[in-house]
Amino acid sequence: MGGMSSKRYVIGVDVGGTFTDIFVYDQIAHTVQTTKIPSTRGDQSRGFAEGIARIVPDFSEIATVVHGTTVGTNALLERKGARTGIITTRGFRDILEMRRRDRPTTWGLWGQYQPVISREDRVEVSERVLADGTVREAVNDDEVRQQAEALKAAGCEAVCVFFVNGYANDANERQAVETVRAVWPNGYVTAATEIVPEIREFERLSTAALNAYLQPVVSSYLDRLEKTLKERGFAGDILIVQSNGGVMAIDTAKRFPVRTALSGPAAGVMAAQAIAQAAGFANVITCDMGGTSFDVSLVAAGESALSAQTSIDFGLVVRTPMIEISTIGAGGGSIAGIDNGGILQVGPESAGSDPGPVCYGLGNDRPTVTDANVVLGRINAERPIGGKLARLDVEASRRAIATHVADPLRITVEDAAEAILKIANAKMAGAIRLVSIERGHDPAEFSAMPFGGGGSLHTGALIKEVGLKSALVPRFPGVTSALGCVVADMRHDRVQTVNRLLDGLDAGALGEEMVRVADETALLLDQAGVAFERVDRIYELDMLYLGQTHTVSVPLDIPVAGLTGDGVRTAFEDAYRTTFGRLLDGIPMRVMNYRIAVIGRRPAFDMGAFAPVTDRTAEQCRTGSRHIYADGAWHDAVLYDRHALPVGARVEGPAILEQADTTIFIDPGLKGTVDAFGNVVIDRMAG
Amino acid sequence: MIDPVLLAILKGRLEQIADEMDATLFRSAFNPIIAEAHDASHGIYDAVTGDTLVQGKSGLPIFVGVMAFAVKAVIEKSAKSGGPKDGDVWIFNDPYAGGTHLSDFRLVRPLFRDGKVFCYLASVGHWHDVGGNVPGNYNPVATESFQEGMLIPPVKLYDRGELRQDVIDILSSNSRLPNSLFGDLNGQINALDLGVKRMEELLADYGDGTVEAALGELKARAAQLMRAEIKALPQGTVSAEDFLDNDGIVDEPLRIALDLKIEGERMVMDFSRSSPACAGPVNISRATTIAACYVALKHIFGDVPANAGVLEPVEFVIPEDSLLSVRAPKPVGGYTETILRLIDVVFQAIATIAPERSNGCAYGTINALSLAGYRGPDKKRWVMFSFFGGGHGGHPEGDGLNHGNAPISTATIPPLEILEAAYPVMFTQWGLRQDSGGAGKSRGGLGAVYELELLEEEADVFLFGERGRFAPKGVVGGGDAALNRFSYEQTDGEKTPPMASKMVGIKLKRGQKVRLETPGGGGYGDPAERDRAAIERDVALGFVSEEAAERDYGFQSNKKDAA
Repeated sequence: MGGMSSKRYVIGVDVGGTFTDIFVYDQIAHTVQTTKIPSTRGDQSRGFAEGIARIVPDFSEIATVVHGTTVGTNALLERKGARTGIITTRGFRDILEMRRRDRPTTWGLWGQYQPVISREDRVEVSERVLADGTVREAVNDDEVRQQAEALKAAGCEAVCVFFVNGYANDANERQAVETVRAVWPNGYVTAATEIVPEIREFERLSTAALNAYLQPVVSSYLDRLEKTLKERGFAGDILIVQSNGGVMAIDTAKRFPVRTALSGPAAGVMAAQAIAQAAGFANVITCDMGGTSFDVSLVAAGESALSAQTSIDFGLVVRTPMIEISTIGAGGGSIAGIDNGGILQVGPESAGSDPGPVCYGLGNDRPTVTDANVVLGRINAERPIGGKLARLDVEASRRAIATHVADPLRITVEDAAEAILKIANAKMAGAIRLVSIERGHDPAEFSAMPFGGGGSLHTGALIKEVGLKSALVPRFPGVTSALGCVVADMRHDRVQTVNRLLDGLDAGALGEEMVRVADETALLLDQAGVAFERVDRIYELDMLYLGQTHTVSVPLDIPVAGLTGDGVRTAFEDAYRTTFGRLLDGIPMRVMNYRIAVIGRRPAFDMGAFAPVTDRTAEQCRTGSRHIYADGAWHDAVLYDRHALPVGARVEGPAILEQADTTIFIDPGLKGTVDAFGNVVIDRMAG
Repeated sequence: MIDPVLLAILKGRLEQIADEMDATLFRSAFNPIIAEAHDASHGIYDAVTGDTLVQGKSGLPIFVGVMAFAVKAVIEKSAKSGGPKDGDVWIFNDPYAGGTHLSDFRLVRPLFRDGKVFCYLASVGHWHDVGGNVPGNYNPVATESFQEGMLIPPVKLYDRGELRQDVIDILSSNSRLPNSLFGDLNGQINALDLGVKRMEELLADYGDGTVEAALGELKARAAQLMRAEIKALPQGTVSAEDFLDNDGIVDEPLRIALDLKIEGERMVMDFSRSSPACAGPVNISRATTIAACYVALKHIFGDVPANAGVLEPVEFVIPEDSLLSVRAPKPVGGYTETILRLIDVVFQAIATIAPERSNGCAYGTINALSLAGYRGPDKKRWVMFSFFGGGHGGHPEGDGLNHGNAPISTATIPPLEILEAAYPVMFTQWGLRQDSGGAGKSRGGLGAVYELELLEEEADVFLFGERGRFAPKGVVGGGDAALNRFSYEQTDGEKTPPMASKMVGIKLKRGQKVRLETPGGGGYGDPAERDRAAIERDVALGFVSEEAAERDYGFQSNKKDAA
């Protein structure tokens, strides 16, 4: 990357709600340094620059800064985007608010929904395109201009233009967008078909509306960030992590901010993928345990799974490819209790991090998963991680578990605490099963990779419960997302609705179009000023049998000789058979969309940089021992300083490895081994 | 007694199996009513009684209560032919035995362990077309089930693992859309295959005895949970009643009346004062009535599980041959309308004794609208069939949801772009309907206006809806929502159906439109207590007109104040 030796650093920065994590890679010395500083609310770019300066005083030495951001995510969740208008086809101003006629929960009818764009800012113009692309009514420039002026006068900062059936023919929409851009005072004009030219009006509009809504917020943040870094002498590139796990140039991010909706979590999965690959693990399931939730994501055969669509919140649908992350309500703050039927429940209700678990002493008196870990000795009450509290109140945890769980079930406090963990682990195991078994993967071939602060306490139990092969605990589980920024490739996705029967389709022409669009997309990579080892292209069709509404994703090779109908048919049948088992002979096939991904592979990051350099033996890294409760009995667990452990060190459970950002619990019957990259591999002791 | 921790773990595993079966069918189904609207369900049922033990969370809520009756019907039928055999799969749609209507095909499969039935797995899905007089099977003028579609009693689709192609042939030849039928049927078989595989894995992990003990315990706990909920309600009897517009044949209202009695830990739901069976298709079978009560109770008491134990402390009084307990061949195609009204009545009764747990009635009709005809040079048949949305009731926490789905379902509406791409129609409006939500401290959510134009030479239009004469009610002093309204263009002007929301045989010509305006939800609480800023905002957004704001809330806009 870059020829100038003065620019030696590649820096990953992940700005979360609480902490800003900095990961600095020195490409000349092949060393890494990390730091964590509190995020600066209001203007994240300040903490961002200060954090970097702690490690790299001279910003002119920085080649690239890669950033995973939650600015977009938070603006969506807190509804803090800009006042935004929609200009749409007459008769359809309410599509955004009507959604797909759903409700937030299956049971109970008390749901509510606030669209991000209020009805008064959703205006209509006369125009209509039919489903076959015919322009039934042309758009009137004067009317569009008037409506744009009206929205501007009402105080809208951004605007989105969305016309029905624009995916089939965007002529009217394009014309209207040009008119709006001519009168709009800034660049915040989003055309729905520029974001997703795909059939399904609500999903397309929602994605485009969220893009417009985020644009002023995200763009101004990125402008500030550029300015702040430049003022300190920075002259390199800034890349932003997208929800699909790839990075994009900062200017692309300003145009398509909706692509950052899951930027932070996606970076974490990218890191997991890279760490696993280096360590020789092709299949891992990432487990990110926070205060209220447990996020899992699957990396199979070295590739993470993408989903075409995600809901950030009820009714906030984003239809762009995103790393598939499944979330369940089981975190450290999940509350345990006995329901009216006498069954022990853990979550989804959560004490979060404020007031947090009972042991924090901040006002919650109902026991949580963290309280169970404290009572069982797995968390060091005298030296809690995160540095927020001086010590944890073990007695308060015990009392809460006694009152709410142990006494009603007539069991001991220790057994009750262990039961809470078992239920929480079973829930997490369920989430892991859903993302693996449901897609035809055998969990015995997968390893868990915990990141975040809490996951490493539970991985041993998950190995046992789900039958996973092992767990791989990275050297810095607390700064995984920042590392992910450094290793992520540059990636751009395109989609276009085709909606034709395979029988009547000119497959050759379709193949040519896909190659042409891929060529155009590759230009974005060329313009980003980043060096790549190679550029990969992925072609896919969304296909289905005539009459179905859900599509199957069909991977496609486009041969030099051109695409053929038979080639498409065979590819579809292979994909369908894999997904459902039975083909449906005699029923015509339909091509709904084509999808293209162009991926610029960035130079591999040398994970060897994580290898611990130490001349101590494992024995010398022992820091003491602690009483812990597991499998119905008390044990003495040996404590180790994790980062001091040398390569090849072998630790038998029960043991606890401590480090600043996490605690690793090795269950009885399991062992941990430090690999050449500083990871701890946990697996069963040979029988 | 089974270890409480193990019980909680097994509960999660069993629920996951049912959920996975749901997901398999949704992804592979052919018709949008299953794939998009999730009009299907899967579960695990008792080996002897057929009682629901576990049911998937993502299927249609109404099936949670009704599937037990379907499994019972198969158990009774197979007893007559030597009992269930390993590898058998039964199929049927008899609504009098299994509840709901003819469109819902049920597949029931015994799971054998050591030579005897351990439990049953079942799958139900709403097929696109099962014959009868009208495409899509919502025949608003049916007077016998024969006019609604084919009726298949429980028969074996697989006999000891052998597929009976002759059964598929009979089914296919009785449908206007045999490909769709075949695709959905395959999806249901896939779901059952998966369920069997997952159950066998679970039994291998934990042992048959442990899982059996857990299933028994879950039922006992469900009953215990429900008893606790009932006990918390005030003692005594309350009554509520509401009406269906008509049965599509005779234009007279039909009463659904509930006397709800709370006696300690028991609840009696007495429907004796309801109308007798009617001529048209809004009758329901006893199984359907009980299932609908379950749905209403589960909306109110959200923590009770999908398990037969929940109904143990509930006694039902449903007179035979009443509207709520009919026998063959009384038509039942429009069962959705009747159960929606039944659920409304339960909400109204609960609102009287426990206002803090209730909400205004939802829009209360599924509005099954069908357009059908022939298109193109080869005159290919097309049938567009869809359900539409409306508002939810106001509730203690705020205004009702705009444009939601019906309480009996979690169905989403198909995208209009998908409908336009598939059928020769063009929507001219798809928007929220002003003044459709009932007034209240919490206003009812808004219904919608859908208007579409025909792009082919001609089409036949059918509508099956309700709430054209009796609006969704408000509770705790809240006002009623707007009525359902359907209109269509003819060469001599705009028409409305004589039966308000039910009609067959409308002939539409190219360029003519149909328009459906759906009800919102009922209000919650006295409108006089509504926050003034909320009323102002409703008027500014056009949710409430100035006239309605003045009438319902005594609100004068600033514009008028200034004048």
